[in-house]
Amino acid sequence: MKVEGQIRIPSGCAIAAVISKEGKKMSGEKIIDSMKPMHDRSNGLGGGFAGYGIYPEYKDFYALHMFFDQRATRKNCEVFLKERFEIVKSEIIPTRKIPSITDEPIIWRYFVSPLKSVLASMQLDEKEFVARTVMQINTEMHGAYVFSSGKNMGTFKAVGFPEDVGVFYKLEEYQGYSWTAHGRYPTNTPGWWGGAHPFTLLDWSIVHNGEISSYDANRRFIEMFGYKCTLQTDTEVITYIMDYLIRRQGLTLGEAASVIAAPFWSTIEDKTNREDKEKHMYLRTLFPSLLITGPFSIVFGFDGGLMALNDRLKLRSMVVGEKDDKVFIASEEAAIRTMEPDAENIWAPAGGEPVVVRVKDGAF
Amino acid sequence: MGVEFIYPEFEVIRNDNRCIACRVCERQCANEVHFFNAERGVMMSDETKCVNCQRCVSLCPTRALKIVKSDCKLRENANWQDDTIKEIYKQANSGAVLLSSMGNPKPFPVYWDKILINASQVTNPSIDPLREPMETRVFLGKKPDKVKRDANGKLLCELPPQLELSLPVMFSAMSYGSISYNAHESLARAATELGIYYNTGEGGLHEDFYCYGKNTIVQVASGRFGVHKEYLEASAAVEIKMGQGAKPGIGGHLPGAKIVGDVSRTRMIPEGSDAISPAPHHDIYSIEDLRQLVFSLKEATEYKKPIIVKVAAVHNIAAIASGIARSGADIIAIDGFRGGTGAAPTRIRDNVGIPIELALAAVDQRLRDEGIRNNVSLVVGGSIRSASDVVKAIALGADACYIATAAVLALGCHLCRTCQSGKCNWGIATQRPDLVKRLNPDIGSERLVNLVKAWQHEIKELMGGMGINSIEALRGNRLMLRGIGLTEKELEILGILHAGE
Ligand code: SF4
Ligand code: SF4
Repeated sequence: MKVEGQIRIPSGCAIAAVISKEGKKMSGEKIIDSMKPMHDRSNGLGGGFAGYGIYPEYKDFYALHMFFDQRATRKNCEVFLKERFEIVKSEIIPTRKIPSITDEPIIWRYFVSPLKSVLASMQLDEKEFVARTVMQINTEMHGAYVFSSGKNMGTFKAVGFPEDVGVFYKLEEYQGYSWTAHGRYPTNTPGWWGGAHPFTLLDWSIVHNGEISSYDANRRFIEMFGYKCTLQTDTEVITYIMDYLIRRQGLTLGEAASVIAAPFWSTIEDKTNREDKEKHMYLRTLFPSLLITGPFSIVFGFDGGLMALNDRLKLRSMVVGEKDDKVFIASEEAAIRTMEPDAENIWAPAGGEPVVVRVKDGAF
Repeated sequence: MGVEFIYPEFEVIRNDNRCIACRVCERQCANEVHFFNAERGVMMSDETKCVNCQRCVSLCPTRALKIVKSDCKLRENANWQDDTIKEIYKQANSGAVLLSSMGNPKPFPVYWDKILINASQVTNPSIDPLREPMETRVFLGKKPDKVKRDANGKLLCELPPQLELSLPVMFSAMSYGSISYNAHESLARAATELGIYYNTGEGGLHEDFYCYGKNTIVQVASGRFGVHKEYLEASAAVEIKMGQGAKPGIGGHLPGAKIVGDVSRTRMIPEGSDAISPAPHHDIYSIEDLRQLVFSLKEATEYKKPIIVKVAAVHNIAAIASGIARSGADIIAIDGFRGGTGAAPTRIRDNVGIPIELALAAVDQRLRDEGIRNNVSLVVGGSIRSASDVVKAIALGADACYIATAAVLALGCHLCRTCQSGKCNWGIATQRPDLVKRLNPDIGSERLVNLVKAWQHEIKELMGGMGINSIEALRGNRLMLRGIGLTEKELEILGILHAGE
């Protein structure tokens, strides 16, 4: 049977997220709990988490989280990395043995900084270099896979139910100002750890619930710009689209949301603010191939914030709630209530309406 | 007679019990097949002249007529088929190149018919186009690589010129001269009502139709007929015709007999002179020359109109398209080998060029591999026969489709494939006033609008089924397609999986 990457596997999902606007740190415990009431939205074939602000002592270094199939692969890969990066720390990612998570690969993390000489000779900026290197390892180095590559953030994922994955990775030992979580219901059994979510590139991480119908149109467009969709998942392509729009094209989060969940032409025509109308006309005409159709709800994590977004028809459930300095996002209200029984202002954002939450400046 | 005789291809069958000798057929047939025998008081026919255009059949008030294929055949031979032998007789009789019209009728594979479309089940929902918005609007033209902002960070919302289409279908080039005034009027009015474009072809633009300019694409072909400043200015876009699917590599020839009155004036050539378009543009012998013509036309139109370059689908079309995409052109139109024509040498029509499906797939992929797909929009034609062909073309990677044969069918064409005779009984491919007036532009434009609207409904249904509510998300979405009965190589070129995969 073909595994993920050789074939496109649709899946349903559960997502959840929490962020402190004050930048207050939370352990991973709450976010693990949030996935419990949504157990039936996953089927044990993939779960994962992303935490931001979790590596303060290494915050200036890219944290590469990696899976290896065997020791030899890791050794080879380390040689490759040393030619390109200064590695300030390399270690096994701590895990605990539990019966519900089996067949784990070798899981390792490196805190790295690109070698200046290499950057200069390739005439690339740091982020572009890291992104390309990650893409190169994932497409060319058999048995090695980078599943997280941002600064002061990290992804933790596995084949299993999300609540078990959280325990496996000892997430209660990490402290972050924002967390996202994902439980997966793929309609097939790839049994591959890399296929679990969140999907990340640099600081961007995405958890996503849905199955987009525009997938191949999006993929074939974004691959023109050096991205390689090796997993054939929606999450992967959406991450690359966001990276392209925000980092490479310099769009704001709101503008990027207007590209991927563009308002209908009729809505744009009815706009009375001329500038707003022009902007939407422009973005839709310029990036037609990055419009995403079909159901999706995503939480997009970035350095210092989160953005939640639904497809323009709102074909997937997603609710937002608040309590004090915290904002909660989840597929179901029950997940929010688990994190914060007294959550207030629970509301369902309209289709295509981005909800952006940022940590206040200088808070971390 | 004798050795020169070729038994007629069709038989005119008249049911004498029904025929009331009203002589309608006689008046309707410009080929003069029907005549009244006063002595016997009956209608008779000379089927040697019949082209099976079905005009008499359609107008006979008592349904007394039918045209059938003659069963008088030469002895069967798988190698020397009937047609092949008869073509030899014709050439031995005349010493001439065989001429024919409309698209390639040979049984080459039609890839559209070997491609199946996807639909949503369970894992994502289909969308009901009657209840939810379903968008088919597209913009054709260059899309810049980089977003620009002013000093304050405000987006600079300027784009190169774009053609806005209410759905990705346009009427392809058919010149005034090859088709009639009324046919042109029908196309112009329908395009205007539909919010799409029609194309003048290479014969200039009749002064009466300047008012439809904002829905008109004007063509500049190798003969430069009818090209002048106002002509370019009147248009929404300018198309440089490098080639045509029905006759790649050769020019055009409109016989002097058709260069009469307005046709001669519009083409800016003397009455009765043959209008000969040379095979190449004599100022374009290579890609850098094309670039110069593209920019000359941009200069002439002050960079306000997109420039289209139309080429025939030939073997190395991907490399050619890549060259055009770097020439400054805004849109590339590719015409497949099944595309129609008013007249072409039979051997060329039937043997030169490649299917549009393969050309489209190869070009779209090549432009993406080179990262220049955004430099140009891709329009494909020859032949797009239905809404599902449109959907498949868009999913393979086209931005829009050109239709011409389907459009003239809507106007009444019965595909008799003898347009070159100039005696089109349906008032389309003719300049004879008595025949032209058979096509009423009020009815003609309404029928075209009906056809395109019907296709639009069907496109929306198909899109809704796939869970796609905007045509942009279908473009290049090859995962929505599967091949059936295709070889590995064909699937590889089309860039699609086989059904069941
Ligand atoms: S040429 Fe047309 S109108 Fe004339 S007899 Fe044949 S089918 Fe009828
Ligand atoms: S346009 Fe007229 S002559 Fe040409 S194929 Fe159609 S019916 Fe025949």
